Amino acid sequence: MAHSGGDSIGEIPYRPVFVGAMKEELDALLGRYPTKMAALLPTLWMVQRERGWVSEEAMVEVAQVLELTPAYVKGVVTFYTMYHQHPVGRYFIQVCTTSPCGACGAEKVVETLLDKTGCGDLGATSPDGRFTVIEVECLGACGFATPILVNDEFIESVTPEKVPQILSQFK
Amino acid sequence: MGYPHKTHPKETPILSKYFGEPQARTLEGWKQRGGYRALQQALGMTPADIVNVVKESGLRGRGGAGFPTGSKWSFMKPGDGKAHYLCVNADESEPGTFKDREIMRWTPHALLEGTAIAAYAIGAEVAYIYIRGEFTEPLRVMEAAVKEAYDAGILGKNAMGSGQRIDVHVHRGAGAYICGEETALMNSLEGRRGNPRIKPPFPAVAGLFGQPTTINNVETLAAVPHILNNGAAWYKALCLSNPKSTGSKLFSVCGNVSRPGNYEVTMGFPFKDFLYDLCGGPLPGRKFKAVIPGGSSVPIQTMEEAEGTLMDYEGFVAKGTMLGSGGVIIFDDSQCMVKHIARFARFYAHESCAQCTQCREGTAWTTKILERIEAGGGTMQDFDTLLELADNMTGKTICVLSDSCAAPVVSGIQKFKHEFEAHITGKRCPYRATAAA
Repeated sequence: MAHSGGDSIGEIPYRPVFVGAMKEELDALLGRYPTKMAALLPTLWMVQRERGWVSEEAMVEVAQVLELTPAYVKGVVTFYTMYHQHPVGRYFIQVCTTSPCGACGAEKVVETLLDKTGCGDLGATSPDGRFTVIEVECLGACGFATPILVNDEFIESVTPEKVPQILSQFK
Repeated sequence: MGYPHKTHPKETPILSKYFGEPQARTLEGWKQRGGYRALQQALGMTPADIVNVVKESGLRGRGGAGFPTGSKWSFMKPGDGKAHYLCVNADESEPGTFKDREIMRWTPHALLEGTAIAAYAIGAEVAYIYIRGEFTEPLRVMEAAVKEAYDAGILGKNAMGSGQRIDVHVHRGAGAYICGEETALMNSLEGRRGNPRIKPPFPAVAGLFGQPTTINNVETLAAVPHILNNGAAWYKALCLSNPKSTGSKLFSVCGNVSRPGNYEVTMGFPFKDFLYDLCGGPLPGRKFKAVIPGGSSVPIQTMEEAEGTLMDYEGFVAKGTMLGSGGVIIFDDSQCMVKHIARFARFYAHESCAQCTQCREGTAWTTKILERIEAGGGTMQDFDTLLELADNMTGKTICVLSDSCAAPVVSGIQKFKHEFEAHITGKRCPYRATAAA
């Protein structure tokens, strides 16, 4: 996942996402739906793919390209849990802790991840900027407890013992 | 071939026959296994004839509600001059359920073929497959399969040379359990917050983009090609108990059990054999204590109830619960039921879209009370409060999310009241010391 986006709530000027190849990809996407609004979720996914998160400035740009208001876009962004509204670690780790995984030891997996990544707390990013760990509701792989999602990589049957080896794959 | 376990001799592997077989994922591999014959056949039939075959087969929705699929399709009136849409519900998020994930991962073309047949049968030129955002691998596999199908002329303006336009697009969700509710899914697809809509109007009248829409679950559509290939009578004959429940059904099994995974059995299969034979029974030295057989939204069963159940829509109802999505969650004697019921309540509180007061407030209050009981701070009055809350959360909201939160609470208090009482009188969780590591 690219995390090189320059947009910030500071001095660096905002660079539009939807230029060049990204604009072409967006135009192709719009062809799938009878309304521009319907392309909102996939458009936000494109922003997150490029920038690692969805900033306020990006929401304004998305509103412009889809002919919506920034407030409307923010209303949608905040409804869904997978759009990051602030920068996160290079590797964003989601751990399922819903009951079926809870019954199989998910809590210990979370504890171990928080410890071994150096994140300390849920939602906090490790000091080296490498990891952010959060608990999520059912990832839909309950027979393979405990599943985790590291960016777009789905890993099944994680145990506390496997955590160090898994983390070593993500530099 | 099974996944992750080998197919058990008592299974009926129809949908799951090629799970675990990577070659079945490709268009070429799928065609070698008889793929797209059913679509070819369907495109030579009238839509009404297809609907009749599906009606005759007895196929019912596999997403949870069990509505007869052919009847649902017949609500779409041909020649009304409107754009029709098909939505495929691949937002599988019901705790305990992971069957659609395996269908998409291993047999993406089975879903595409069923989708194309359904689209044609309901007069839709466009279908959207709405896949939950966390299903990164199924998304990749489905997108690759869609591309293959377009490149081969199976989908597109002239599907398989029939002159019929069938476009199928994969649409990625972004993390919201409620988007599995059909009208919330449509709102989400339209680029809105995933709030369920008040019905009526029903989707067949005014659904996606305000147009007549049918929405089907992944497993339902994956069964359709088999019905066309083998005939309605063949499908109808797959029945071990009540004739209103036909065909095979995938059950996802998780929790404290020897062999978690997906199993496909004929409707009406004995639950006892399923739990102890197919799934291998409890973990060594443990005993099963409770089962939630149809995803977290259905009432909890005691083992006595579960062991007398026949696995079909009517069989689960007869034993105080529902077939639901077929997500079987098993808890053994090391587990604290209060803790798990509280955790389910927390799930629903987190996933409430917050439109309806009864749900927004009810799920949150229920969670707080249950967590307080679990932590040792409960009182005997909490039972009345919880049951009154549950009553106010049942049948009084736009969708059934709050009902789903209430179901495990009410059934949990009914069937495992002694565990709640032990927490209250002992002022602590009696399972803390022995909880599984």
